[in-house]
Amino acid sequence: MLIQEQSRHGRTATAQAPLEMADVSDLPAGLRRKQRAALPEVSELQAVRHYTRLSQQNFAIDTHFYPLGSCTMKYNPRACNSLASLPGFLARHPAAPESHSQGIMACLHELQDMLKIVTGMHAVSLAPAAGAQGELAGVMMIRAYHDARGDHERREILVPDAAHGTNPASAIMAGFQVREIPTGSNGDVDIAALRDAVGPQTAGIMLTNPSTVGVFDRNIQAIAETVHEAGGLLYYDGANLNAILGKVRPGDMGFDVIHMNLHKTFSTPHGGGGPGAGPVGVSKRLEPYLPVPLVVKDGDDYHWQVEHDRPESIGRMTAFGGNMGILLRAYIYARLLGAEGMRRVSEYATLNANYLLARLKDAGFTAAYPERRASHEFIVTLKREAKEYGTNAMDFAKRLLDYGFHAPTTYFPLLVPECLLVEPTESEPKEALDGFVDAMTKIRAEAQENPDTLKQAPYSLPVRRLDDVRAARQLDLAWRPERVED
Amino acid sequence: MSDIPNDLKYTESHEWVRDNGDGTVTVGITDHAQDALGDLVFVEVPEVGAKLAAKDACAVVESVKAASDIYAPLEGEVVTVNEALDDAPETINSDPYGEGWIFQLKLAGDDAGAGLLDADAYQQVVEDDA
Repeated sequence: MLIQEQSRHGRTATAQAPLEMADVSDLPAGLRRKQRAALPEVSELQAVRHYTRLSQQNFAIDTHFYPLGSCTMKYNPRACNSLASLPGFLARHPAAPESHSQGIMACLHELQDMLKIVTGMHAVSLAPAAGAQGELAGVMMIRAYHDARGDHERREILVPDAAHGTNPASAIMAGFQVREIPTGSNGDVDIAALRDAVGPQTAGIMLTNPSTVGVFDRNIQAIAETVHEAGGLLYYDGANLNAILGKVRPGDMGFDVIHMNLHKTFSTPHGGGGPGAGPVGVSKRLEPYLPVPLVVKDGDDYHWQVEHDRPESIGRMTAFGGNMGILLRAYIYARLLGAEGMRRVSEYATLNANYLLARLKDAGFTAAYPERRASHEFIVTLKREAKEYGTNAMDFAKRLLDYGFHAPTTYFPLLVPECLLVEPTESEPKEALDGFVDAMTKIRAEAQENPDTLKQAPYSLPVRRLDDVRAARQLDLAWRPERVED
Repeated sequence: MSDIPNDLKYTESHEWVRDNGDGTVTVGITDHAQDALGDLVFVEVPEVGAKLAAKDACAVVESVKAASDIYAPLEGEVVTVNEALDDAPETINSDPYGEGWIFQLKLAGDDAGAGLLDADAYQQVVEDDA
């Protein structure tokens, strides 16, 4: 039930009600409401029950195993939340002067440094407020670099076909054309196709390594050389940084620019699709173009560097300093781990993924790249199950919900048919992984016996199979009151 | 088993091409392609008058699973587009070779079959895909 449907005229949550209504008589008549706003009128208890009920209906990392590939749904430590909620952080006004913000600026400066060290980049800006915004900042810097050199012919960004859809979208938004590079049957980028594609028009390549097919591209050195020799730059999509954290550094692989998803690798909450944080790191030649603001240290004092300090900057991605609460949580997470802990993150993330892959293979499921070791995630293809039982990847995904598991990512990357992209993360105990294998095995037995069991799933959730076709065709989600009472 | 009519030509990227015999061809996506994409929710047709080279990305079909480019099978100019797909993209699912056509090209050359696959060759592409 929508909260609006519980609304009764005149009912209020007294604890939050203003003592007196503000006088609006000085507002121009044309700007004043003619009717009351259609806000729900409920008691405080009704509001509490409504939102508590919604939270209980949710699948979340706090309640369920959540192996959503490419999203790194790891545990968000309570310590990060409670420390970021200290009153000194919470109550700080975003426009507070530097003299009153030294504590938080010290945290941000240290976070910049830690991200620099763990990625092997020369400088970092925390400004972008999401991974895709980090991508946009990254390709805009590539463009600024070529433009500053008068190299205006470099209009093309190369993107492997396994890439996240945000890669080509970011490149187009930054004014580039996109050329797709195929992936070989072993999961690596087709290096011959790459060599054919590079030229004086190449601005750069956007690469995820390990890639979205869950394997580490073994030709990364050859790719870097090929693109650099052609005069292009290398962009590292940090979506899969969890696989190599503390072990291999994008800077050492030859990347010129990287974005990091703090809400993935650094464990900040994904809640409701945001807020996120997508800091960007760059090699020395791209440093002048970093988005502002940056935090710099001068003696014992921290200062903001803004547009006039950095005239070649691509500018601002957000108001103020980005998503502070998220940056703080990532900072605390990084401090809790330390350098040794970061290595442990990638070790356990890859161990869990490889254990889960091996067990699923033993249980008779088909790995998309059977010869390859998994990175922190891997792909199972249900092509055979689709053919033999008529049950597709989505049917398996929906049935998993009934068994208490959030589904893995389905139908991505597109180049593998009927795929599940599974990422267990380092947070999960062995028992959770074993439970997932048991559920998958049972579901396949159900598919064999009675495929309809899967086709109708889920059975145990507040909503059954959603009509995603209708949802995509009719995008109107607004609730409208039948009548607003004055 | 997907439907592959014998009287059409095909591309490896799953477009079908019907020779209208008057220097124009009609283009759509195959039954196999619509089945792999699933329920379509949006179709972006090319602009009338657009001049296309063979293999130019010129239209987009979007399903609940994915968005996918449609490529020009031959060189030519777009003369007609199927505007009905705006309101009813699902027509491509229900009738891919008929009402679900996407656009018509006036060919630059005279060979409506140049470099295209016949039904048997396309059948092989589909089987290799599976």
